[in-house]
Amino acid sequence: MGVRSVTDNLGIQRATRDQGSEGLARMLGWFSLGLGVSALAAGSRLARAAGVDDSRTARTVLRVTGVREIGHAAVLLVPRRAGLGPWTRVAGDVLDLAATGRAYRNRCGDRRRRTGLTLAVLGGITALDLYASVRAARNRRIRPGGFAHGSVTVNRTPEEAYRFWHDFENLPRFMYHLQSVTTTGPRRSRWSAKAPAGRTVEWEAEIVDERPNEMIRWRSVDGSRVPNSGTVRFTRAAGGNGTEVRVELEYAVPGRRVGTLVAKAFGENPQQQICDDLRRFKQVIETGELTRSDGTPDGTSIQNQAKQRPARPLATHRTA
Amino acid sequence: MKANCWVAPNRVAVEEVPDPTVLNPRDAVVKVTSAAICGSDLHLLDGFIPAMKRGDVLGHEFMGEVVELGSGARDGLRVGDRVVVGFPIACGDCASCQRGLYSVCENSNPNAAIAETAMGHTPAGIFGYSHLMGGYAGGQAEYVRVPYADVGALKVGDDLPDEQVLFLSDVLPTGYMAAEMGDVKPGDVVAVWGAGPVGQFAAVSAFLLGAEQVVVIDRFPYRLRIARDRAGADTINYEETDVLDTLREMTAGRGPDVCIDAVGMEGHHPSAALHAYDRAKQAVKAETDRPHALREAILACRNGGTVSAIGAYGGFIDKFPIGSFMNRSLTLRSGQAHVQRYMRPLLERIRKGEIDPSFIITHTMGLDDAPHGYDIFKNKQDDCLKVVLKP
Ligand SMILES: NC(=O)c1ccc[n+]([C@@H]2O[C@H](COP(=O)([O-])OP(=O)(O)OC[C@H]3O[C@@H](n4cnc5c(N)ncnc54)[C@H](O)[C@@H]3O)[C@@H](O)[C@H]2O)c1
Ligand SMILES: [Zn+2]
Ligand SMILES: [Zn+2]
Repeated sequence: MGVRSVTDNLGIQRATRDQGSEGLARMLGWFSLGLGVSALAAGSRLARAAGVDDSRTARTVLRVTGVREIGHAAVLLVPRRAGLGPWTRVAGDVLDLAATGRAYRNRCGDRRRRTGLTLAVLGGITALDLYASVRAARNRRIRPGGFAHGSVTVNRTPEEAYRFWHDFENLPRFMYHLQSVTTTGPRRSRWSAKAPAGRTVEWEAEIVDERPNEMIRWRSVDGSRVPNSGTVRFTRAAGGNGTEVRVELEYAVPGRRVGTLVAKAFGENPQQQICDDLRRFKQVIETGELTRSDGTPDGTSIQNQAKQRPARPLATHRTA
Repeated sequence: MKANCWVAPNRVAVEEVPDPTVLNPRDAVVKVTSAAICGSDLHLLDGFIPAMKRGDVLGHEFMGEVVELGSGARDGLRVGDRVVVGFPIACGDCASCQRGLYSVCENSNPNAAIAETAMGHTPAGIFGYSHLMGGYAGGQAEYVRVPYADVGALKVGDDLPDEQVLFLSDVLPTGYMAAEMGDVKPGDVVAVWGAGPVGQFAAVSAFLLGAEQVVVIDRFPYRLRIARDRAGADTINYEETDVLDTLREMTAGRGPDVCIDAVGMEGHHPSAALHAYDRAKQAVKAETDRPHALREAILACRNGGTVSAIGAYGGFIDKFPIGSFMNRSLTLRSGQAHVQRYMRPLLERIRKGEIDPSFIITHTMGLDDAPHGYDIFKNKQDDCLKVVLKP
């Protein structure tokens, strides 16, 4: 599963999940299982069909191939391995093609015809496996699972809201997990997020789509250790009462190494965080500052609400 | 500095706390010259507002002198200015503020999520009024931090004493808004439940808006006397006569055009049994508020009239007379006062001598005596109507 963009009913491109590549990997998995089981259970008939029933070695190779196919099936059908699966099949296909090619050269007559047919079928399967692998790899840039969204209405025009957001260097003002965003090119920026123990996590992002005053879409560039993407859309609120701002974030699922980095970069609960971010975005763009009270001196954060200080001035901020 | 702090239900104490300072560009720090105790503070004292913490500095009615300003102060506020501060904290920039609905400012409650859980959407932050309303330190202290000071702090000049302008911070605009929400028109008969400071100013304001007769209802004779003598109202002591009968009689059966509930969540009922019923439900949290006055105001109101609920409620009530309300085409309006909307025009009325708000003050004492002030105000001792603290 990965991310693909579709055009929604507002005519705006947005991120969506790609279920197609997962489906294909699954189908190939079942195909491998069928092939593996028949190679083991009905090896001689399969050997005849492939035109190699005359060789003891070929029958041994077929049995080994059967075991291998069952391995592919396991890799493809157990979901957490789905990303790697197609490549193991491609490797197997190459072996099969090599073995069958040798058999083809050594055969003649009807056997040669049947071996030729097998070669053609294998070629087709290899192409399919290659396609599935490439597609899965492309989608693996963003791992499955993480999706957060939020919305807020701000008393600003879509132009003002867009302009503020489009300058990514403004984001750390209201996205607390970010330490800085530095613009490195017209569409490129370098993001750095706070991680525990005073460390930082960094990645490069690029704007992949934008429509002035309507939408900005960005994603981390290939090879980023923190794969993520985001879309923000600005629409005029009903009656012209400000602008509705809607944000969608997609990020790797925590759990693996990449996931741990993402957890550091986006906090433990990205859904909650985006709600806080949007509240603070509203505060900053409307009032010019973050709302702070004595009970919540660090500003709006659902997490901090549970650990309120008493509503009395902070000792550390003593006036002279 | 010294500040009056919430300790536990029914306990406040003056404690030594750090001085406040500017946290944000639009902040001011105000040296408090006068701070009052409000009926709303009693709801905190009695433990009916959730999300209080030990050590919270109380107080949302205060005035004083600007002693420190943030770098981003707008509107020409200067160090040394004498200011009165409105109790709702309002940014002035959000859609609600720009519509004049300052007490539902969309940005001033940093704890919006808690309030949304309890109320659906969040109201504004309020000074010294629980963590549900933002967790802001209040002004019953020597100094107080005022966020968005360019919106919240009104310069009042030096021509009027504190006693004349202090109540611009809350109860005067609140009473005025009660009458305004009631849509009081010339010739109207207006009934006001509660002869506390809010009820007194609601009565005064009803007359300012042209009411022909105002009837104030309470059970404390000294408060009713002030309503008669200073606000020019008729009065009903609900412990002596039946309120609905008396109002029906006074209006020859019609009922008042406008009914104002200036009592709120801690209403008292003359029938010990009925009072006990709501008190018990409140104690087990089956309802959080005791709406005696609100129920009565709805039943009393004339067909097609308006009920203005200015008394504070916190949560849920029982036995809301929805049948009476619906079948008789009533209108119900409510809200925390949008103080900033009324401060300037009411200051002008004070300057012109149309209102002298100082008549409600019965006690003036030092900040150190705040616990005593809370005690006599809550228990209606020593004919207490309003306590002003002088830090
Ligand atoms: N909406 C706002 O912005 C706002 C602002 C300030 C205060 N308030 C609220 O207004 C209310 C009044 O404030 P206050 O400072 O005048 O308080 P207060 O305690 O001095 O006055 C309340 C009065 O109501 C009387 N009362 C109680 N039960 C009654 C009943 N059943 N019928 C008639 N009178 C009854 C009490 O005897 C008392 O005199 C409080 O609930 C307070 O929280 C609201
Ligand atoms: Zn008050
Ligand atoms: Zn506002």
